Amino acid sequence: MQNVLEEVFYKKRESGKKALMPFLPAGYPDKESFVKYIEEMDRFSDIIEIGVPFSDPVADGPVVEKASNIALENGVNLPWIFDTLKYLKGRVKSKIVLMGYCNPFFKYGWEKVAEDAKDAGVVGIIVADLPLEESDEIRKILRAHDINLIYLVGLNTSNERMKRYADVCSGFVYFVSVLGTTGMREKLPDELIDKIKQARQIFSIPIAIGFGIKSPKQIEDIYEFIDGVVFGSALINHIDEKKDVKGFFELWKGYI
Amino acid sequence: MKRPYFGEFGGQFVPELLMPPLIELQEAYEGIVQSDDFQKEFNGLLKEYVGRPTPLTFCENLSKELGFKLWLKREDLAHTGAHKINNTIGQALLTKHMGKKRLVAETGAGQHGVATATAAALLGLECIVFMGAKDVERQAPNVKRMELLGAEVRPVYSSTQTLKDAINAALRYWITNQKDTHYCLGSVVGPHPFPSLVRDFQSVIGKEVKAQFLEKNNKLPDHIIACVGGGSNAMGIFYEFLEHREVKLTGVEAAGEGTPDCYHSATLNKGTKGILHGTKTYLLQTEDGQILPSHSVAPGLDYPGVGPEHAYLKETKRAEYVTINDKEALEAFKLLCKKEGIIPALESSHALAYAMKLKHKLSSDYHVVVNLSGRGDKDLEIVFKYL
Ligand SMILES: Cc1ncc(COP(=O)(O)O)c(C=O)c1O
Repeated sequence: MQNVLEEVFYKKRESGKKALMPFLPAGYPDKESFVKYIEEMDRFSDIIEIGVPFSDPVADGPVVEKASNIALENGVNLPWIFDTLKYLKGRVKSKIVLMGYCNPFFKYGWEKVAEDAKDAGVVGIIVADLPLEESDEIRKILRAHDINLIYLVGLNTSNERMKRYADVCSGFVYFVSVLGTTGMREKLPDELIDKIKQARQIFSIPIAIGFGIKSPKQIEDIYEFIDGVVFGSALINHIDEKKDVKGFFELWKGYI
Repeated sequence: MKRPYFGEFGGQFVPELLMPPLIELQEAYEGIVQSDDFQKEFNGLLKEYVGRPTPLTFCENLSKELGFKLWLKREDLAHTGAHKINNTIGQALLTKHMGKKRLVAETGAGQHGVATATAAALLGLECIVFMGAKDVERQAPNVKRMELLGAEVRPVYSSTQTLKDAINAALRYWITNQKDTHYCLGSVVGPHPFPSLVRDFQSVIGKEVKAQFLEKNNKLPDHIIACVGGGSNAMGIFYEFLEHREVKLTGVEAAGEGTPDCYHSATLNKGTKGILHGTKTYLLQTEDGQILPSHSVAPGLDYPGVGPEHAYLKETKRAEYVTINDKEALEAFKLLCKKEGIIPALESSHALAYAMKLKHKLSSDYHVVVNLSGRGDKDLEIVFKYL
């Protein structure tokens, strides 16, 4: 059976391009603008990651943490997110992936998350604090509803661990480009290129890179080894300053 | 490797980037920590530096009033004035054995921060302590103490600017600096192996109580009471007695002001199951799974989670968990000062206050041991506000 999420990357590959994957916390900067921004971003994106806000986001840097807190103040929760995604379902072409932390999903109930996410058109869920060891049961629940559990790996993930991830992952692999939290970096670490090459050997499914990405120049060296690029903090900063999203994507024209 | 769970609680719910250092720590816990050499060195430091064993004091005056026999395990007499040092000495020593050069820690009230800075100074390690910006303001003397001891205190400005945010900040720091830094977590919380590692370092408390009580009374105590913030002093005194099912174990949580809608820290009594800081346990949280602010007059009890092993002991009914409010704790604080000449920490005063509630309910040959987890000098400013 074809995996709709993997297909997105394979189609891009055919035309020698990479999937563009913006990340925006749900309900940021406010509920109405969020919907407007998603509709606008859809013109430039292949996959859109929607952040499910959590009060204690350990994998995030200050920009995403602050945006998540604002989303929470705006009253964003999973019921609102699923309702909003249902509204957007026929209106956007990009595939929708959720990104969040265990606790809000756990509290909602994974079984219900899987059902409601599927109804809302979600095809993948990234859980920042769910490593391999804790993930078996949840992966099975999600997969029973055709939702991919997306795993993250990083610079300190050994090849042996990556192989264990390779046995169970689907959709795409999220490669964390820095040994740190989300947030822009001027420069990505030197060891990244070797590690990405190793990951390429180990994983047969697409690899997307994220955390710290701010400009096309940063990823020139690894461009040929990846299938997609995620932007979070840089996009949030752009929205905060310019109140639009189009300008942000212009920077990436030609690369993606 | 050992399973990282206590029943359904515990686990390792952390970003993948933290798994390699956690696995490294797990191996060190199962290897280095269990070795005779390490244990000998650790116990040597507990004796010569921390001042262990701490006394088990019989409270003559209060026992008469209460109608049963009250004993205090005197962790207030350990170096730095609380049980926290048992854990930090253990982890600092482990850090040296693991070949790392720096400790990072979180602190709420500053007690664990001071204990970490102390252990770091002794063992020649660098030390960075993350502390919520609000706590930095509220606990200024402890900030100065940590700085005197050579630690760098970094205020955390995100979210509620308290302990839970300091833990987030320390975890983030650890992600980036895992090669040369050990995260010295301050209680039996967090991802495996921390709940077990910290419990083991604190279990010296219960071992001493058992030996001391046996020597004096030729039997085991009937009842042990300890306050529960994250739960390290309680696990430390409970652990040795878990298999002695005839010994009753009571953990005391902070009810805050005690009014129905007040903020509190009674996680096991009033919380629900969830996942925070790498572990599945009971939490103070909203319907949507967002973490709520906690409160107690005792700064060290002010945490919206609790150690997973306590969640398990509650679930299996091996221990009971009760609550004491700010006012009751302050009354017990005053009483111990006046009747026994001991100024207890406000955290420990919660455990004491529960013992006071048992007045005239027990027989005269019933022996209750309260873990006096710390001394109260640090709390005088808070207490004076209420007196
Ligand atoms: C004296 C004292 N007792 C108790 C606690 C609560 O921590 P735990 O529940 O881990 O023992 C603290 C924490 O700072 C403390 O300083």
